[in-house]
Amino acid sequence: MTRKPTLLLVCALALAVPLSLLAGRVWIDPFDPQTRNAAVILLQLRLPRAVLALIVGGGLGTAGAAMQGYLRNPLADPGLFGVSSGAALGAVLSFWTGYAASVYLLPVFALIGAGGAMALLALIAGRDGGVALFTLAGLMIASLAGALMSLAISLSPTPFAMSEIVTWLMGALADRSWREVWIAAPLTLAGVAVLALVARSLDALTLGEAAARSLGVEPRRLQALMIVGVGLTVGASVAVAGIIGFVGLIVPHLMRPLTDRRPSSLLLPSALAGALLLLLADVLCRILPLAGGELRLGIALSLIGAPFFLHLLLKMRRGSV
Amino acid sequence: MSSSLALDQVTVTGRLEAVTAKLNRGGIKAICGPNGAGKSTLLSVLAGLLAPDAGCVRLGAAQVDRLPAAERARQLGYLPQAPEIAWDVSVETLVSLGRLPWRGAPASEAQGAIDAAIAAMDLERFRHRPVTRLSGGERARALMARVLATRPDWLLADEPLANLDLAHAATLMRRFREQAQEGRGVVLVLHDLATAMNHADRVLVLHHGRLVADGPPGHALSESVIREVWGVEARWLGEPGARALAIG
Repeated sequence: MTRKPTLLLVCALALAVPLSLLAGRVWIDPFDPQTRNAAVILLQLRLPRAVLALIVGGGLGTAGAAMQGYLRNPLADPGLFGVSSGAALGAVLSFWTGYAASVYLLPVFALIGAGGAMALLALIAGRDGGVALFTLAGLMIASLAGALMSLAISLSPTPFAMSEIVTWLMGALADRSWREVWIAAPLTLAGVAVLALVARSLDALTLGEAAARSLGVEPRRLQALMIVGVGLTVGASVAVAGIIGFVGLIVPHLMRPLTDRRPSSLLLPSALAGALLLLLADVLCRILPLAGGELRLGIALSLIGAPFFLHLLLKMRRGSV
Repeated sequence: MSSSLALDQVTVTGRLEAVTAKLNRGGIKAICGPNGAGKSTLLSVLAGLLAPDAGCVRLGAAQVDRLPAAERARQLGYLPQAPEIAWDVSVETLVSLGRLPWRGAPASEAQGAIDAAIAAMDLERFRHRPVTRLSGGERARALMARVLATRPDWLLADEPLANLDLAHAATLMRRFREQAQEGRGVVLVLHDLATAMNHADRVLVLHHGRLVADGPPGHALSESVIREVWGVEARWLGEPGARALAIG
């Protein structure tokens, strides 16, 4: 049953990727190779940006689907883990200390932040492998990292650093290069591979924790793999693109009715749809005329995501999710 | 093949005390007792989900809580109390979850087990129906079919008849009987003493975590045991196999 949406999404991506390369402030006419600097724009600006959108979107979509399966809750989002807040905190500290001036150190700081959040989460929740403690620990870490981030912003050494931090936190793919692709791709791929490993355990969790254990699921192993899988994908995405919300929440939702609703059937379609959504949203940001630069991707997605979330809540109240 | 489940001095601090019993396959075993007596704890221990603090549970020669998780899952089918279904899957998808412990088994074998489980629980008509559109009784049967699809040697169910009306409860008991006749071990936690009296071949009565009676229902659920354990004066009415309990 999942074959059909997967095939459709692959076709859509095959169409969207080349078209997305043509769109932007400078439109490139493929039949008129006269555009100035077309090769540079395509290969050094738009192609890495498109590839990054695919990686980040695919990672967030997969992580979201896995999170919803793990927490057995359609409102779960990879952000609940605290990993993205941890990564953001790391990035903020790199601005704060000035190390962000070196292009490699910002993602390194962010990855260290993500790793710290993952370790803390494993330390607090890892003992019993239960979901409730785990969720609370994730929320606690997210809120702690959020508070520290606000503290860092309020104590910014210079107004310039403050504005850098605030802009960066909004999440974007603008001005990214192949460098970011090389950072995000291996980590995201590794994370997605780990999440694919736990797919069957997530299916078993459909029946609740006790039944899942009776079906051979080992809760502590599952939890450890979830932390690593989500941590790698989300950590990598925050490190290169800042905080991009709602993809991990919306995408699994849109895909679920097209599958047999098992968490394992949802992973691949969510990865593809997440990639497509981020690619399209990024093109939209590029082509929307906005004074003073382009619309930030994080803002655009939240603008789409918030009403969607509300719609979802209302639908759940009517009991039809 | 005829692996028995043996409890040897099983103790779970504060919940079970030195419970010893040997359960052979075939026939329906009921675990009864007042609220808080340790019935669900005992079933979890039998299913290998809870390791006892002292004593051990053996499945044949192996210690249950030391078996590899998948191996244990293939032999001991467990249906928790008030089972949940997180996603609105179809009946067939739900039943197919029972095949998860059989990773690597041929697809034809899996489909055969799923089909057989659906047929055994009389769910053919509902095969493609989402579980949220089933009645309580149909849902209970679908969850039971999920356990059967694993083809376990043992079926361990925690109050499987809770929230079922008379007709559905009777149907489900009939299905358990069929499974027992096929040679499976069936262990049910039952709240309703009349059901245990009429349908079980052996009843284990727990009181404050201790096994206080163990034997054929007429013996283990005698009026004197009920008085001692539940603290109520009760009288069995009717013929064997169709008994009712009159209280007071």
